[in-house]
Amino acid sequence: MSATDRAKSEAKLGWMLSAPAVIILLAVTAYPIVQAIYFSLFNYRMTDPDNRSFNWGHNYIVILSDPQWWQTLGVTVLITVITVAVELVLGFALALVMINAIRSVRPWVRTVILIPYGIITVVSAFAWKYAFDLPTGFVGTWTGNSDFDWFGHFGSSIVVICLAEIWKTTPFISLLLLSGLAQIPGDMLEAATVDGASWWQRMTKVILPNMKAAILVALLFRTLDAFRVFDSVFVMTSGAQDTATVSFLAYDQSISQLQVGMGSALSVMLFLCVAIICFIFIKGFKVDLGQVRGD
Amino acid sequence: MSLDPVFVAEMAQADYLAPVPARYEQEFTEGVNEASVDSSTRQDQLVAAPFWANTQLLWYRKSVAKEAGLDMSNPVTWDQVIAAAQKSDRLLGAQGIRAESLTVWVNALVESGGGHIVENPDVERPEDVKLGLDSEAGKKAAEVVGTIGKEGLAGPTFSNLDENNTMLGFQGDDGGFMVNWPFVYAAMKKGAEEGTLDKSVLDDVGWALYPRVDADRASAPPFGGIELGVGAFGEHQAESFEAVKCIRSKDNQIEYFLTDGNAPSLLAAFDDSRIREELPAAATIKQSLAMAKARPTTPYYNEVTGGVQKTWHPPQDVSPDSTPADAANYIYEVLRGERLL
Repeated sequence: MSATDRAKSEAKLGWMLSAPAVIILLAVTAYPIVQAIYFSLFNYRMTDPDNRSFNWGHNYIVILSDPQWWQTLGVTVLITVITVAVELVLGFALALVMINAIRSVRPWVRTVILIPYGIITVVSAFAWKYAFDLPTGFVGTWTGNSDFDWFGHFGSSIVVICLAEIWKTTPFISLLLLSGLAQIPGDMLEAATVDGASWWQRMTKVILPNMKAAILVALLFRTLDAFRVFDSVFVMTSGAQDTATVSFLAYDQSISQLQVGMGSALSVMLFLCVAIICFIFIKGFKVDLGQVRGD
Repeated sequence: MSLDPVFVAEMAQADYLAPVPARYEQEFTEGVNEASVDSSTRQDQLVAAPFWANTQLLWYRKSVAKEAGLDMSNPVTWDQVIAAAQKSDRLLGAQGIRAESLTVWVNALVESGGGHIVENPDVERPEDVKLGLDSEAGKKAAEVVGTIGKEGLAGPTFSNLDENNTMLGFQGDDGGFMVNWPFVYAAMKKGAEEGTLDKSVLDDVGWALYPRVDADRASAPPFGGIELGVGAFGEHQAESFEAVKCIRSKDNQIEYFLTDGNAPSLLAAFDDSRIREELPAAATIKQSLAMAKARPTTPYYNEVTGGVQKTWHPPQDVSPDSTPADAANYIYEVLRGERLL
């Protein structure tokens, strides 16, 4: 068997092995995406299916000319920036704790840090809501201001929503950073120590540059996740006090109102936003997704 | 299928409901409160069977009303209750949270003032819907909501106040008045029995018909409940209607009330001695149900209620000069597909 034949048959085997996964992926992601794009071009109300009509890109014009879209987009970006920034710092600190903890307590430290991530988002959102809610919440008494309605104002609502998100997803980012930390060769750090590098110098000259790929991957995954924030907003404010996010707006049109056309158009817009974020990270910051696999 | 009254029109417009056969019409509507029948009807055709019915009362602390000099033996107006709450420095609770309960309140205020949120619920096309929000009744409703909000009469959490938290405020030290569903009485009674609520508070609780907006016009209390619909695509529609007939019989409605607390839409059921014993407010509830007005029975209810909730919230920003007109314009734009909701 010649080398090219072998390469050919290997390639064929590769395709056959990956085919089931590709087909399933196409069925569960590509098909709904294509259908959403198709529906987004219609004026289509589920409770009035007879009056469905093709209206070209009118739904998109309505979305882009509606101040509500820009306002929810702003809120979404605000929540994303705050949570991702805080989580990156906290997550890095937690990753350092996890990697430096002495061997006997290390499993315990990791378990404790990862617990919030194992809790269902809706459950965690309710827990935070009840903690701050009046008259049953305890935070009002703690802060000595038991009459303050945390969910009655924009700023304080965003603070609680961000706190809940940060508490819940910091473990995720710290886990990704931990894998990056673990990949730094021990002898490199040793050599730096022998050369008399201080802790700060080791951090900025050795650890961080070697972790750049892991940090960017963690940032990318978490940003995509944060941008789709829905559960906390839904549970805590139902979008009141102008806290609605893009996902929530899409939910309102498609589920509450059964406006399949407009809801699909908003979902496509959300998809585009996420795609743009991906593009910026991958092209702009040159994120190498292969890094996650340790290639 | 159990249907919330506000969704009957939407289901009927989509032809999901089998019309009620003529032979049942009389039985399903006779002796039933008007709002239940209205909610079960689409374009003069009965499309669901009235089943449970619910309404809100004005609950008050007898001691507070007495101290404020409010005579509760006659119907009272919102202005009087507001003045009494201010005078006694006690809470006047209502549902200010951005949720369906806000629409329930706004609708009751508009209907009590002689108006309607939707003037022509029977129309088919969204562009044809005509709103009655920007009217005298709408302005008066906005005045009541805005005053309670601006004066802080419902407490610091008004913009997040739901039915349950309204009750918690009412049974607390600052409690004075509230509009709420009758579940609050059962809940407070249970609290008193279990020792979580002082018995004297329960003894101090009184109830009256929903406050009036105009002194010389009867109020239109909120209406809630459940209607029973039969699917248009089912194979056993005849049997289903027989089942509906059985489920909503007077004896069964009484039984549901006694075992699960769901009030009957058959007004005669309220005269049953067991119900009177279980719920002292039964006679007032019966009277209130007979006066209650349904929320708009339009197939575009989602747009209407969503628009009301967005524009009439937070309550402290509601103003008679701008809110009703803004709400109407916004809902019109949403109905025409020009705005997001």
